[in-house]
Amino acid sequence: MNRPYLEIKGLKKSYALKPILRGIDLELNQGECKALMGANGAGKTTLLRILAGLTAPSAGSVRIDGLDLVQDAQRVRRLVGFVGHQPYLYDDLTALENLHFFGRMYAVRDAQQRARALLHRVGLEKRAQERAGTLSRGQVQRLALARALLHSPRLLLLDEPHTGLDEQGNKLLETLVDEHVAQDGAVLFATHQLEHALKLGDSIITLDNGRILSTRRGGDPCGTLPGEQACPLPLESLKERP
Amino acid sequence: MMFLEQVFAILWKDIRCELRSKQTWIGMGLFALLVLVIFNFAFDLRVDNKASVAPGALWVAFVFASLLGLGRTIAAEREKGSMDRLLLCPVDRKAIYLAKLLGNLLFIGVVELVALPVYAALFDVPLFASALIPIVLLGTLGVAVIGTLFSAMAAATRARELLLPILVFPLIVPVVIGAVRATSTLLAPVANDPPWLGLIVAFDIIFLSISMLTFGYVIEE
Repeated sequence: MNRPYLEIKGLKKSYALKPILRGIDLELNQGECKALMGANGAGKTTLLRILAGLTAPSAGSVRIDGLDLVQDAQRVRRLVGFVGHQPYLYDDLTALENLHFFGRMYAVRDAQQRARALLHRVGLEKRAQERAGTLSRGQVQRLALARALLHSPRLLLLDEPHTGLDEQGNKLLETLVDEHVAQDGAVLFATHQLEHALKLGDSIITLDNGRILSTRRGGDPCGTLPGEQACPLPLESLKERP
Repeated sequence: MMFLEQVFAILWKDIRCELRSKQTWIGMGLFALLVLVIFNFAFDLRVDNKASVAPGALWVAFVFASLLGLGRTIAAEREKGSMDRLLLCPVDRKAIYLAKLLGNLLFIGVVELVALPVYAALFDVPLFASALIPIVLLGTLGVAVIGTLFSAMAAATRARELLLPILVFPLIVPVVIGAVRATSTLLAPVANDPPWLGLIVAFDIIFLSISMLTFGYVIEE
C-alpha cells in the first residue's frame, strides 16, 4: 500500500500555555484535495503554517513524501507551495521581479521564463512591469498563486485562497487546483465558505478547537467517509465562537 | 555556488527595494549630518583638543545613523510578512544573514561617504583617506555584524525601536572604542599605542562567526 503523501500524527501546538492544536491526525494522498473548515481560532492557519515549515510543532510528527518536516526542513520546503492569508510580496518590486526573485530562491531553472509563463497563466502578463504595491487585492492574490506554483511543488497549502478574487479569479483558482490534482499533486486548503469547500475539496475536514471534528466527502455535505466520525453539528461548528 | 547566488539575489532585492522606496538611506544620511552639525556647535573645538573630540563625534554620528538603518533591515520585512515568505524558501539562513549584512554595510557605507567630507569640513580635520578607509570599513563591519543579528531579534518584538539600541550599544563598545582611538591616532599619533585595528579585526571575526551560527535560531520562530 502506498504511503500517504502527507502524514500527520498527533500534531499539537501551544502558544505559551494555550493549546491551539490538540492532536491532529490527517493523511493526504497524491491526486487529492482536502478542504479545512472551522470557526476563527479553530487552528486552520496554525496547521497550515506548521505544514509549511513556518511554525514549529509542539508535539507529534509530520511527514511529507516520507520526509520529516523538522529533520528535513530544507528538502521539504522544495515540495511545498504556500499561499498565506496575507500575500507576502515585495511592494516595491514589480510582479515579474517578485516571481523572478523567488524563482532564484527556489533555484528554478530559467526563472525569468518560468515567471513570465506563470504571469500569463494567472492573467497578469500585462501587469508584469507594475509594482506589486500598485496591484489590486485580487491581482496580488493571483500573483501569490503564481509564486506558490513557481517551483512546481507537489503539495499546495492554501490559506483562504479565494480572498480578494473575483468570479474569474475564483474560476482560475479552481482550474489551477484541478490541474495540480490531475498532475498527481496534493492540495490542502482552508476556507470559511462551505460553497468553496464543496466545489474544490474531495473531502472536507472540520476543525473545532484544535481537533478534527469530522471528515466528510466533498460535494456531499451529508456524507461521511468510511471509518470517519460523523459531525453532529456540521454547520453550527463553523460559526465563530462567542 | 547556490549559496552565493542566493546571497546576491537577496542583496539585489534589498537594494532595488531601497532605491525605489528611499526610506532608509535619506533618513540615515540626514541624521548623520545633523549629529555632526550639532556636535560641531556643542563642543568648543581648539587645535589642542581636536584629536580627542572630533573622532568621537564622527563615530557617534556613524553609530547612531547606522542604528536607524539597521532597525529597518528586518523589521520592514517582518511587518509586511515577507520575511516569513523568505523563510519558506529553501534558503540557508546564513545566506539571509550575509545578504542583510552586506546590504547594511552598503547602506551605511554610502552614508559614511556623504558624511566624511562634511565631517572634515566642519571639524577642520584632514580626511587621511587611505589610512581612514580601513578604520571606517572595519569599524562599520563590527557595528553592522552585531546590528544585523540583533535587528532580527528586536524585529520580533513590539518595542523594537527601543530594544535595538539597548541590545546593540553595550556590545559594540569595544569596536567603538577601537575605532575612535584608531581615528584619533591619525590626528595625533601616540607612541606605543595599542593595536586598535587588531582589536577591531578580532571583534569582527568573533562576532561574525557567532552571528552566522546563531542567526537561524534568531530568525525562525
